[in-house]
Amino acid sequence: MTAAGISFEEVEVGEELPELAIDITPSTVVLGALATRDWRPMHHDKDFAQERNGTRHIFINTPHNAAYFERYITDWTGPRGRLGKIQFRMSDSVFPGDTMVFHGKVEGKEVDEAGCGWVDLSIQLDVGDTVTTSCRARVALPSATDDNPWKRKGEAWRPSPSS
Amino acid sequence: MSEIPAEVQGWIGQKKYEEWGEFDVERGYIFTSCSSVQNGNPLFWDDKAAEELTGGPIAPPSMISVWFRPHYWSPGRTEEAVPLQLHFDLKATLGLPEAVMTDNTITFHEPVRVGDRLKTTQILRSVSDLKTTKLGTGRFWVLEVEIENRNGDLCAIESYTGYGYKRSGS
Repeated sequence: MTAAGISFEEVEVGEELPELAIDITPSTVVLGALATRDWRPMHHDKDFAQERNGTRHIFINTPHNAAYFERYITDWTGPRGRLGKIQFRMSDSVFPGDTMVFHGKVEGKEVDEAGCGWVDLSIQLDVGDTVTTSCRARVALPSATDDNPWKRKGEAWRPSPSS
Repeated sequence: MSEIPAEVQGWIGQKKYEEWGEFDVERGYIFTSCSSVQNGNPLFWDDKAAEELTGGPIAPPSMISVWFRPHYWSPGRTEEAVPLQLHFDLKATLGLPEAVMTDNTITFHEPVRVGDRLKTTQILRSVSDLKTTKLGTGRFWVLEVEIENRNGDLCAIESYTGYGYKRSGS
């Protein structure tokens, strides 16, 4: 990742983000659960996960999933990219032994009334042939050389299209 | 089809559990979180980059829920403290012993800064009729958490869809 990152101008609708593959181990799941202060046993106790949740193993928790999506997005945007909104649906869990593969695509771009450049992304997290999580994200990118999305406040920051 | 209890219906749209996080936003957790997903964004590792872009160190936006999750144990506590108490209230009141989260939406506003302490408010938005999935039979519910800093600035609104259920055959 470079300090400069990409600008709004450089992004094209339909552009695909680089694929990212990550192998998941029990340590990955437990580290993520502890890093997000999620002490629920289905994220560190295999017996509990199997007996109570009916799952085959411990599984990645929701905020850890969010952290992976943020990393995937900002690996692409660079540090000037500022997340406005992230929305994801987990249709299946991710377990130790799985390889998570992230795919992303630019679905749209617009400059809002405040002059903020927004890019809308669709992201898919696959394990094998299964889509485990689908995500939509809205991220602000610099719309001019002197624009820094992180400096936007109040009316200049509108992370929901309707707001 | 079983009716939604009146008590639960009365919770819909009501603000509950206005609570402050138990500790200030700090860098140890930021580093641990970034390490857990190998997030090398210089905003979180390089003070100079953070100063230039965000006016000082901030937390990754996706860490928003970390700052209001209770300690696993603390002196004098006799029962397990849980985040999203409303989620657990729903499980208990609806008699659905197991639950998973299926959807998560976070809208980010003011960045969360090192040294901030956050206040949360929980709101139940909806509860579904009984539905059967591969996990069992239960209900979906949507909870919203509003998160503010000490200055009263809105930092985020987080929405969760939970599915509380009884396993098939139980």
